[in-house]
Amino acid sequence: MTVTDHSRATADAAHTHGLGTPTPDASRADRPTSFEVDAFTVPTGREEEWRFSPTKALAPVFVDAAADGHLEWDVPELPAGVTLTEVSTADARERSVRAPGDRAAAVAAARAGGAMALTIAPNTVVDEPIQITLTGTGADVRGHLLVEAGASSEATVIIERRGTATYSEFVSVDLAENSGLNLVLLQLWDEDAVHAGEVVARLGRDSRLRGSVVTLGGKAVRLNTSAAFAGEGASVDLFGLYFADSGQHQEHQLFVDHAVPRCTSRVTYKGALAGKTARTVWIGDVLIRKEAEETDTYELNRNLVLTDGARADSVPNLEIETGEIAGAGHASATGRFDDEQMFYLRSRGISEDEARKLVVRGFFADLIQEIGVPTVEESLMKAIDLELEHVNEELAEEQA
Amino acid sequence: MSTLEIKNLHASVETPEGTKQILKGVDLTINSGETHAIMGPNGSGKSTLAYSLAGHPKYEITEGSVTLDGEDVLAMSVDERAKAGMFLAMQYPVEVPGVSVSNFLRTAKTAIDGEAPKLRTWVKDVKKSMDDLRMDSSFAERNVNEGFSGGEKKRHEILQMELLAPKIAVLDETDSGLDVDALRIVSEGVNRVKDNTGLGIMLITHYTRILKYIQPDFVHVFVNGQIAEQGGRELADRLEAEGYDRFLASA
Ligand SMILES: Nc1ncnc2c1ncn2[C@@H]1O[C@H](COP(=O)(O)OP(=O)(O)OP(=O)(O)O)[C@@H](O)[C@H]1O
Ligand SMILES: [Mg+2]
Repeated sequence: MTVTDHSRATADAAHTHGLGTPTPDASRADRPTSFEVDAFTVPTGREEEWRFSPTKALAPVFVDAAADGHLEWDVPELPAGVTLTEVSTADARERSVRAPGDRAAAVAAARAGGAMALTIAPNTVVDEPIQITLTGTGADVRGHLLVEAGASSEATVIIERRGTATYSEFVSVDLAENSGLNLVLLQLWDEDAVHAGEVVARLGRDSRLRGSVVTLGGKAVRLNTSAAFAGEGASVDLFGLYFADSGQHQEHQLFVDHAVPRCTSRVTYKGALAGKTARTVWIGDVLIRKEAEETDTYELNRNLVLTDGARADSVPNLEIETGEIAGAGHASATGRFDDEQMFYLRSRGISEDEARKLVVRGFFADLIQEIGVPTVEESLMKAIDLELEHVNEELAEEQA
Repeated sequence: MSTLEIKNLHASVETPEGTKQILKGVDLTINSGETHAIMGPNGSGKSTLAYSLAGHPKYEITEGSVTLDGEDVLAMSVDERAKAGMFLAMQYPVEVPGVSVSNFLRTAKTAIDGEAPKLRTWVKDVKKSMDDLRMDSSFAERNVNEGFSGGEKKRHEILQMELLAPKIAVLDETDSGLDVDALRIVSEGVNRVKDNTGLGIMLITHYTRILKYIQPDFVHVFVNGQIAEQGGRELADRLEAEGYDRFLASA
């Protein structure tokens, strides 16, 4: 009866956990953390947390040696109450919210030769976003960063990465009581960059973290973000946007650790993929510990596959150890923009390029609005349009 | 005054078992203001005809011609056909994730007209058309066809037809799966557009029910990739009473 083949690579799996869902065997919380590089073996790709990762491309970041390169820091004049200082390796360890959780981060912390600490003094309220640009010049680089939001401070910090590098980093984000931090990490690398980063955040009582990650560039980017609640009444919103072309591997792992009562977490990541060898991975772990009563959490990952061959993996995982929660759910869906959708839009007069733009812009629009920094939002829309032009050119070449 | 002229149209599709000839010489002329009902058994090629006119890439035209006011439709891309004034209301409208109805409609209107519609009148037009089709205004913010019921999808197709104001519209089983109320609402919508714009209509249907609301000027019996017989309204009644056996036997 049907004329057209509506087979769509749409794997929709959305469900919400009720109370008392059984927990999987190995808890995410059991993973080791250490400043000692040797506490972690060199990943082979067979380990649970590396099984989707391009360990070959990432090999240089596992080497326990100092790197000779550095990123060029472009730092604006900092407002009163905000400082950027160099910190010794030993002090950086002290001031990090916890030890690294994987080998790349451990190497970065041990071999960066100290850390850069961006510190917002207590009660400082900064209206304008603080934008720092780090540009790679092609070398191997290790980095250790501390972002410290003092009690009752408010600030927006944008860290943009450009150029190219083989870069491993460990980023510690410390939110003191009642602080509010909007942290935006932009991975706008050139196409040959390699980047393995671990971002670990600790949220003090009543603090609010809005953490956005945007990954457009790079050959292999793997970001592992953890947020742990250390005081009641805190909330975290983690947003992510990625767009992978042929030859790009973009991986985002997340871990939200609800260890205390009455905290809220929202995780929203969206990715688009175009090109035969485009590859993305999203792994979202949320742990609600026994003590974490009245937790409210929801995580969502959506992927939009624009062309054949691209592959998106999406693995949500919720561990619940208490029955006394306010709400917990997750959803993951990977949809295809296929020939039938293209035909439908074109049959309404919309050109092929315009159709793709419509779909991708629409897909990302609500997420981009969440970043909460107008200048970033605008430049992101432009960056996505650029990605699309790239895709359109690539597809035109394929067709020719 | 527009004319769509289909001459000796042959179309085939690639299947795992090989090339399958579906359209085997279709001749049909539709003028502005005319309504042509096309009736025929399942699998006779009605949707293939509709898709071939719209330029679906799955169907290869192997012979024949299609012109709209003398312009070669078959030489046009899918979007060019829409811009030239062709419209297809699909039997199975496609879901498009991430694109809101309002964004979709505005983008399509801009593409068809070659310029963005004036915001004030556009918003009013959309609202009026949605009201007339009994579509709740919340549909504007939903993704195109996503989670729409069968009837809602069909209303959405007619909404597009009204707003895009084509010269010739092909309605592929727009009436199928509608309850009586929805059928009336959709039919009134079609009639309204016809009264306002004088478009020509190819109305593909299995049921004479819709012909109570939409008066056909011509009825064509479509069998085995061809038009087997044509007549007026009375032919539809005869088909309803007798079925297609008479044609299938000879095919
Ligand atoms: N893409 C395709 N691949 C294989 N066969 C196809 C394809 N499209 C159409 N066909 C076949 O062509 C024939 C005509 O199909 P079509 O959908 O045009 O018929 P129809 O008259 O619209 O039927 P219905 O009344 O059921 O909607 C059928 O036998 C169908 O299976
Ligand atoms: Mg059909």
